[in-house]
Amino acid sequence: MESVRWLLAAAGVEFEEELLETREQYEKLLQDGALMFQQVPMVEIDGMKLVQTRAILNYIAATHNLCGRDLKERALIDMYVEGTTDLMQLILMFPFLSAEDKEKQHALIVQKATNRYFPAYEKVLRDHGQDYLVGNQFSWADIHLFEAILMVEEKKCDVLSEFPQLQMFKARISNMPRIKKFLEPGSQRKPIPDDKYVETVRRVLQMYYNVKASV
Amino acid sequence: MSGKPKLTYFNGRGRMESIRWLLAAAGVEFEEDFLETREQYLKLIQDGHLLFDQVPLVEIDGMKMVQTKAILSYIAGKHNLYGKGLKERAFIDTYVEGTTDLMQMILTLPFSPPEAKKKNLPLIIEKAKNRYFPAYEKALKQHGQGFLVGNQLSWADVHLLEAILMVEEKESTVLSEFPLLQGFKTRISNMATIKKFLQPGSQRKPQPDDKYVATVMKILKEG
Repeated sequence: MESVRWLLAAAGVEFEEELLETREQYEKLLQDGALMFQQVPMVEIDGMKLVQTRAILNYIAATHNLCGRDLKERALIDMYVEGTTDLMQLILMFPFLSAEDKEKQHALIVQKATNRYFPAYEKVLRDHGQDYLVGNQFSWADIHLFEAILMVEEKKCDVLSEFPQLQMFKARISNMPRIKKFLEPGSQRKPIPDDKYVETVRRVLQMYYNVKASV
Repeated sequence: MSGKPKLTYFNGRGRMESIRWLLAAAGVEFEEDFLETREQYLKLIQDGHLLFDQVPLVEIDGMKMVQTKAILSYIAGKHNLYGKGLKERAFIDTYVEGTTDLMQMILTLPFSPPEAKKKNLPLIIEKAKNRYFPAYEKALKQHGQGFLVGNQLSWADVHLLEAILMVEEKESTVLSEFPLLQGFKTRISNMATIKKFLQPGSQRKPQPDDKYVATVMKILKEG
């Protein structure tokens, strides 16, 4: 759900949260037919109960002018977002791994970020020399990349050392008023997952007991 | 330069198959470049054609597109298969994410070790019968039209048909409790462009075999 919180914040949209704490809450959602595929995230927006993170993000981006001006700009935004999604996916499962698998996964995250993803985005910014990834205006792709950078930095704080364009990009996006606000304590941004979070998720969903590191 | 989209991928289904389906449904002719050696793949990377060093790659309208979802969204948007308006698009996205999750499980199956395959196949069938197909059966019932969204064919319908056929290849009676999905399958299969794609000689690829798996692993040198 964090990417959804980021995007709503970047769009300047206030939102409410119902936090899942018990299995009973989740079972009630299932019984009420609120979850199309029995899964969360679920976002109630404009009369719809939307599930599937990508569908939710797409809708918010489209309704807030964050998905480019035409089909080709949208294609670029989609490509970039799929890349940052793949990168963040590696980090998302991290808290659920065994200590041994965490070590392997940590190495994989840093390796993929440094050798595959960050070079791609660095090149995009360097080639067109503009402030934003697509079409010289702020879009979903920028906020998603920003979130990914911060997540990887939490694993290795100097991971941007070889990427000057990304460093400048990060500084620029951080200074945008809504982003700045979201980065401040007291916002709805959530902290790095801890053991309590892992225990809650496992208990509520009754899954993720045996997650393995990515190959 | 023919102006037709060019697909670069292994000679098999994998992640490119959904793209072949969607292009076929849209009545768009396409060319294919098959990856057979690691050298071909490394050359693509060296020449800077692969944004994230990955295939599928689709060259279309002057762009070198990667990332399956991005490619499918572009094709759907261009060929009037993405609904009318943002709410229809949101529904299509939701449905496609569900069928993606289901097909993803089948996609990775050939690449897992034999014990995992034996264990996972029944789980996939169970998810199809208890999670995904009930959701689409309900969607068709509530919507009351021939299609999942709006009243015309969309990306969601093509993707669901592909998913149904993939699961049926694993268990042929899987739709027995889902009368609306059975009707849906027949109807969509009979649409002219889809019917053509289902016939022998089309660019639809067969189920992955050991040779395909070996080729992919050799070229990517992963897993």
